[in-house]
Amino acid sequence: MRYLPHTPEEIQEMLAVVGAESLDQLFFPIPPACRRQSALELPAPLSEWALDARMDALAARTAVAPQAKVFLGAGSYDHFIPAAVDALAGRSEFLTAYTPYQPEISQGTLQAIYEYQTLACRLMGTEVATASHYDGATALAEALLMAIRKTGHRRVAVSRLVHPHYRQVAATYLHPAGYEIVELPYRPDGTTDLSTVEAEPDLAAVAIQSPNFFGCIEDLAAGAAAAKGVGALLVAGFTEALAYGLLKSPASQGAEIVAGEGQSLGLPRSFGGPGLGMLGTRQAHVRSLPGRLVGKTVDQEGRQGFVLTLATREQHIRRERATSNICTNNSHCALRAVMYMAALGGTGFRELAVLNHDKAAYLKQALAAAGHRVPFTRPIFNEFVVDFGTGFEAVHRRLQDAGIVAGLPLEADYPELAGCYLLCATETASRQDLDLLVKEVSR
Amino acid sequence: MNAPLGTTGLILDEPLLWERGRPGRRGACLPPADVPPSPLDPELCGDGPDFPDLSEVDLVRHFTRLSTWNYGVDTGFYPLGSCTMKYNPKTHERQAALKGFAAAHPLLPASLCQGALQLIWELERDLAAITGMDAVSLQPAAGAHGELAGMLVIHAHHQHQGHQRAKIIIPDTAHGTNPASAALCGYRPVAVASGPEGVLEPAAIEAVMDEETAGIMVTNPNTLGLFEPHIREIAAIVHAKGGLVYADGANLNAVMGIVDMAAIGVDVIHLNLHKTFATPHGGGGPGSGPICVRRQLEPYLPVPRVVKDGDQYHLETDRPLSIGRMGSFHGHFGVMVKAYSYIRSMGADGLRRASELAVLNANYLKEKLKQDFHLAYDRPCMHECVFSDRRQAPFKVTTLDMAKRLMDYGFHPPTIYFPLVVHGAIMIEPTETESKEDLDRFVTAMRAIAEEARTEPETVKSAPRYTKVRRLDEVTAARKPCLVG
Repeated sequence: MRYLPHTPEEIQEMLAVVGAESLDQLFFPIPPACRRQSALELPAPLSEWALDARMDALAARTAVAPQAKVFLGAGSYDHFIPAAVDALAGRSEFLTAYTPYQPEISQGTLQAIYEYQTLACRLMGTEVATASHYDGATALAEALLMAIRKTGHRRVAVSRLVHPHYRQVAATYLHPAGYEIVELPYRPDGTTDLSTVEAEPDLAAVAIQSPNFFGCIEDLAAGAAAAKGVGALLVAGFTEALAYGLLKSPASQGAEIVAGEGQSLGLPRSFGGPGLGMLGTRQAHVRSLPGRLVGKTVDQEGRQGFVLTLATREQHIRRERATSNICTNNSHCALRAVMYMAALGGTGFRELAVLNHDKAAYLKQALAAAGHRVPFTRPIFNEFVVDFGTGFEAVHRRLQDAGIVAGLPLEADYPELAGCYLLCATETASRQDLDLLVKEVSR
Repeated sequence: MNAPLGTTGLILDEPLLWERGRPGRRGACLPPADVPPSPLDPELCGDGPDFPDLSEVDLVRHFTRLSTWNYGVDTGFYPLGSCTMKYNPKTHERQAALKGFAAAHPLLPASLCQGALQLIWELERDLAAITGMDAVSLQPAAGAHGELAGMLVIHAHHQHQGHQRAKIIIPDTAHGTNPASAALCGYRPVAVASGPEGVLEPAAIEAVMDEETAGIMVTNPNTLGLFEPHIREIAAIVHAKGGLVYADGANLNAVMGIVDMAAIGVDVIHLNLHKTFATPHGGGGPGSGPICVRRQLEPYLPVPRVVKDGDQYHLETDRPLSIGRMGSFHGHFGVMVKAYSYIRSMGADGLRRASELAVLNANYLKEKLKQDFHLAYDRPCMHECVFSDRRQAPFKVTTLDMAKRLMDYGFHPPTIYFPLVVHGAIMIEPTETESKEDLDRFVTAMRAIAEEARTEPETVKSAPRYTKVRRLDEVTAARKPCLVG
């Protein structure tokens, strides 16, 4: 095996040093009753080349561009990734290092994460941002727990237009400890109905996603006012980080905590993970923040350097009173994100966001012009809902067989929206692709 | 320095990202705008984020230079105890980058993602085979997330039994994440000390286990690198009172193909694909922390579940007893591809051989170093061994000093000050991918440092000298946090 360097002679020499006669004898501290009785049952080992063939065959059985046309967003977005990002992130000095516990030989990771935290703040409008969480859903759940700690209240109100998976993860995180989640309904225009907030007692947070699951841009300032009115914090979520290249940042609209998914920032979709959980807040809340933080400091000779800091919030120091149990996070994904944000720059990021909006707006108008109903009137970013009617299922399946995924059916999560589909168009969809989709769904 | 062991090479300077570049430069191409502009209501628009504008060359130089200040497994020996810093095969990166995996949307209809679903299903079966458990979920995103999933399964089990419990037993040798994960389920940790031999004693568990205790969280082999020999008796005590046994599988690398986790009484175990199964740590993740359970706990596993029906695979979410969803989609699929590649490359014999050589390497280092360093528990170890700075204390040289000095010799230091039960702990886990001559070079460096501690302690106390920066002011960093530039 090419990963195991020991020759038989070396094994014998080393056994002699240890005082054992065989490799098997090294395991004598393990009582016989704890041992396996037989060898592991696994497929026979593959050579590097046989592995390539097997993986090529498996990978060939998923539908991806250019053969397939997939108009899906819903928390995972198709964006071009510059080759420079792949090449730089693939440098093994970054890839094969552990968490930077020894700062003197981890300054590359530490400075890069400090730069990520800074650009993440500039994107979300927050004063601080964590080094990363697992994904948008867990970042939102941790944000809700943080609001509970911060306010001392035990209930949270979550919009029904927050990604359904994110709401389910929040329930997984909050219910065992006895915290309650109430759902905020939505209005006919496709945004959250805040009118019930004032009647809800003991609220720690009001959670709204913008753009929301229907792709509509929410009025976060109204959400902040409603939250403030009942002594709760506005937690602003997002699944499409690129939207903030165009929209007002969530914190500038009054969000106390901002939590979302950064997959759009240079991460491949990779069947849903790893993604990048982004979480930011005000400086005043920093000691309640869950997750790792990198800070700037100086070394004993006064040179600038970076360290993991404020560890007293964390599990290895505070143990059961920690602000989170998180340890390994998605640091390498944050590294990719800062590389991607820097590759585009402020100018490029803005242009890309505008292009995404234009593509989706074009598709939306073309579908409407072809006679399809667009149920929600609020402005969108790069995805939106279309009502194809309840008979569309057969068409959707036929197109699927031809490698076209004409949106995500919403009925499973929103039974009242039978026949409605969530469609996404990013910069990777050409006008030709969009025209083809309109033609196919209108036949 | 006494031997030409390390590197003192070229150390480059590099400013912060936003100190580079000029407005209007760009480092990425946009596709041409082939649709008409459709301006958004200006009321909704912000100014766009203030990111620096860099050329592609600016970008590449910046991050390449930063990377040279890092130390990875590819750079050299990385004996970080409890972290299993083994070599990460290059072929894994190729497989995870295959378009059919990397570009796959997580909500593709099942008929359009059969390859990805098959990979998850087969990896679950492989991990079940390796642990001896019955069912596996690959949903958890990292070790602590796996612990949380495991605790939630135990919580759900007790809920279903009709009586929720309040406490959980956590030995003093546990990982720091264990109490924090248990607390998220509302469980109060009950600490139990390990015995004089460094392992748990059944009587200590018997004394605290009761019908209000949900179970025990145990790491085996434990964080002292010792196998818990009484684990079956302990499991029986916990089971007799209706509790469950949770195993932290962070140290599985010692016992693949050797220990049967079901036979030792484990009900739930989490694994770290980024430790045992050779996926890279990425400077702090992404990892993957699957949980493996016995048959009777399968209904509680997170959703969605990958189900095989004939020769077709699909995702199932309708599991009424499930603890629910743990993350946005299906876990860290990109990491799973690498672990799958590893298992399929190694095979059954290769995995067992990896554990054997990991244990051989650890015992070899233990024997070679114990003349110069105090060994906390002088017993045959598994995949790691724990020394302390007791012999250097008379010269006022600490574990931290020696860790920093190792950098001057060109090595990543071991884990230090953990486990907490050993004062001044130096926890060394060499892993199986290190050759004898690399171990010998490390031994030479460690002995040289022990000698320096006796003869020129100031050299050790002022280390490191040949790194990008020297010791950093962590106190001011925490007191006056500067987290954003």
